[in-house]
Amino acid sequence: MPMSAAAAAPAVPVPPPRSRGYWAGVGLRFVKDPVALGASAVLLVLLVLALFGPWLAPADPFKSSMLGRLQPIGSEGFPLGSDELGRDMLSRLMVGARLSLFMGITPVVLAFVIGTTIGLVAGYAGGLVNSAIMRTVDVFYAFPSVLLAIALSGALGAGIGNALLSLTIVFVPPIARVAESVTTQVRTRDYVEAARASGAGAFAIVRVHVLGNVLGPIFVYATGLIAVSMILASGLSFLGLGVKPPEPEWGLMLNTLRTAIYVQPWVAALPGAMIFVTSIAFNLLSDSLRNAMDVK
Amino acid sequence: MKPPLLTVQGLVKHFPLKKDVFGRGGGTVRAVDGLHFHVFAGETLGVVGESGCGKSTTARLLMHLIAPTAGEVVFDGRAVGSRDLPLKDYHRQVQMVFQDSYASLNPRLTIEDSVAFGPRVHGVGAREAVERARGLLAKVGLEPARFAERYPHELSGGQRQRVNIARALALAPRVVILDEAVSALDKSVEAQVLNLLLDLKDEFGLTYVFISHDLNVVRYISDRVMVMYLGEVAEIGDAERLFEAPRHPYTAALLSSMPSMDPDRRTERAPLAGDPPNPIDPPAGCRFHPRCPRAEAVCAQRVPARPAGGDGVACLMFEAGSGHAAAPARAA
Amino acid sequence: MTEPLASLRDLHVTFTGGRAPVRAVNGVSLDVQRGEAVALIGESGSGKSVTLRTLLMLHPPRRTRLSGSVKVAGRDVLAMKERELADYRGSVASMIFQEPLLALDPVYTLGAQIVESIRRHEPGVDHAAATRRALELFERVRIPSPERRLAAYPHEMSGGMRQRAMIALALANRPQLLLADEPTTALDATVQIQVLILLRELQRELGLAIVFVTHDIGAALEVADRIAVMYAGRIVEEGTARELMRAPRHPYTLALLRSRAHGTMARGERLVTIPGAPPDLARLPPGCAFAERCAWAQEACRAGEPEAVTIAPGHRARCLRTDATAPT
Repeated sequence: MPMSAAAAAPAVPVPPPRSRGYWAGVGLRFVKDPVALGASAVLLVLLVLALFGPWLAPADPFKSSMLGRLQPIGSEGFPLGSDELGRDMLSRLMVGARLSLFMGITPVVLAFVIGTTIGLVAGYAGGLVNSAIMRTVDVFYAFPSVLLAIALSGALGAGIGNALLSLTIVFVPPIARVAESVTTQVRTRDYVEAARASGAGAFAIVRVHVLGNVLGPIFVYATGLIAVSMILASGLSFLGLGVKPPEPEWGLMLNTLRTAIYVQPWVAALPGAMIFVTSIAFNLLSDSLRNAMDVK
Repeated sequence: MKPPLLTVQGLVKHFPLKKDVFGRGGGTVRAVDGLHFHVFAGETLGVVGESGCGKSTTARLLMHLIAPTAGEVVFDGRAVGSRDLPLKDYHRQVQMVFQDSYASLNPRLTIEDSVAFGPRVHGVGAREAVERARGLLAKVGLEPARFAERYPHELSGGQRQRVNIARALALAPRVVILDEAVSALDKSVEAQVLNLLLDLKDEFGLTYVFISHDLNVVRYISDRVMVMYLGEVAEIGDAERLFEAPRHPYTAALLSSMPSMDPDRRTERAPLAGDPPNPIDPPAGCRFHPRCPRAEAVCAQRVPARPAGGDGVACLMFEAGSGHAAAPARAA
Repeated sequence: MTEPLASLRDLHVTFTGGRAPVRAVNGVSLDVQRGEAVALIGESGSGKSVTLRTLLMLHPPRRTRLSGSVKVAGRDVLAMKERELADYRGSVASMIFQEPLLALDPVYTLGAQIVESIRRHEPGVDHAAATRRALELFERVRIPSPERRLAAYPHEMSGGMRQRAMIALALANRPQLLLADEPTTALDATVQIQVLILLRELQRELGLAIVFVTHDIGAALEVADRIAVMYAGRIVEEGTARELMRAPRHPYTLALLRSRAHGTMARGERLVTIPGAPPDLARLPPGCAFAERCAWAQEACRAGEPEAVTIAPGHRARCLRTDATAPT
């Protein structure tokens, strides 16, 4: 009978020639998504504004003119109108991008680092350590974020630095919760058990096996928080707890243009529209990233 | 008679169940309840049993992935986890292959990195670890040039299981525990992987503990077989003898539950009724007595003696002077 | 020759969801007589589960292309609309699955699920009568303490009990055809044999026809009168259980039987394995799908799909080399 027993190295079928890493696959799926590309384009424009706003702005955002107050959109010299002190809205919006984005992204980045660390430790350790850490986190998480931000800012005092601090503290608990949840899931996977079985210590296991597999979902969650951070920062500025005038910042602009709603409603709404567009762009980016990362 | 390489003595693992608000529930899952057996160097010990018998828990206890409630594992005369044999050293000697080939591999690592991880943990340099990984991939039939930099999702189940075997061998262990390692594979792939396991065993002089529910495969690959029931050893001994002439009534029932493979002589009556029981409240006396066709009154009262680690059966029918009708008389 | 209960003719099932269409079933023709048990054996990717699910039209309609004919109890299944299908499922043909925990609704008791099924198909039956029937069903599938078990939830039952409960549910509306998709694969050995024996008894007592899909030849032999071996979406050999065991003729069947570990092997003897791997169902070769792994393959085998060759009455194989595989 010609059916022979297989040798120790039987012919195994060849998988497709190109081997892509996971992140390369994510990137490829991402660029094929029109929503993702649209959102990225918007954010790119905002980034350019944030970096080069002062040089790109047509007029001086601080120059006020009592005669040119509250001009409508499309006026001579004021393409998007002017605010209550006669300053050019377009320039203020463009220059304001820097501070607004800064207030949106910085707390989230800081909270990402801190929250992920807390969540990783709690998730990997399990048991009593987990309970202790997470119940503490839950106490903070129980506060509505706006209330907590205001309370912390009020306690710390006004100013950008304190606003950033209070926002970071607001965002650490939700990120820590997501991190702990994902870490707990990954910790029970067979490949982590196999890593323990090869004698690796907790540090090595977390670094090699856990981190790469949990960062993704946490990152997606965090990008969704950027929009929230911008809105909360705007709220703080609105209440006078964050940015101080005459700095252009979209939330602060919303505040100071409050009284102009009946006079120039469109102009008064412009800073809100910028916040809206940025929020939507970050949220759509976050959604597309999550879709791109959903393999299999 | 050579001393055993691995000995399990009085191993116990109980999992407590939480009580609810009203104080209901509670109790313990007695997953493993006083296990005692030997594994001799160079052999393949097959472990069989049904749901609730504790074989998966036993595998994890052997690997010390979970700590026992009582009892110990002794490797080469040294207690595992003691100063004589710290866990890290133990893991260099004893490794494990899991059932789910996909879940056993980190989806973010290339397979050569997965295989090289173990040696790196033990201090082997990066380049040498990768070299070793590639060599092992070749040994398990996966050409390094084509496979080393692939990711787990690009491989088939059989190929992934080969990677898992390579990973287990990366630390040059003496014992490999195979926990249902071929159960999830198609029959033709299973045959290839079984052949590979036999070849590797010969080449590296390995000792296997082969846990499976597939009696045919266990019979084929094992030198000795241990049958577990409700967290205890029911019977242990030479594979051929156990399959040809099982002593414990449970072993006999298990073996006669295998399909007859003959359409003219089909099994007419199931040897056992009901499902394998739950290890939460094991019966008093011999744990098998409620379902045993040979049970007598004494079986509910008296616990059979634990079998010796090498060969034995936990049944009053084989215990001299136990009081069971079939038991031999006590030696004068 | 009586009209078969179920008749598949040249069935093709293609899934069009992914990058390339996947040809899961490629020209399957099968007859199932009343009261007959047929087993479909094959490995993953052979198309056996897909064939089975076509009998109940369980494929997602938008991503599936079906052609050929499927007739069960005189009805044209492929042409049925939703309403007809809902009537057909359960009362003409019904299915049991591999994992009862996934197939049974976890938030309803077993009794409630059976009663609901009965009353959906026979609205005139009142609750008490339906409950009585549910009790009878539980007794018929030999569940001990049936009254108590009717009030139990799926997660409160053991594996074997759940599988019996699922069988009872499947039989609630007296179907003529029972479809079983790997029903014993997830069960322990001692429970598996109980369920296989139960299926045989139900076949005898109720005159039930059964189509049983499995990768375990032993399980198939315990239940089936006839066996069809599938590979790459085609039936490559078909015959009575006895014929197939005594004299298998298709190279794949032979290889499958030989690669099983069994007790009469010598210690250390290596298993005979089939080289290579099953073909990609999105890129099937033009000829016999097994040719590239077959030790007897010739040029003619790769040229076109082999026709079925009759080896003995009721025993057919799709192979050009059955002369080479005849027992010597």
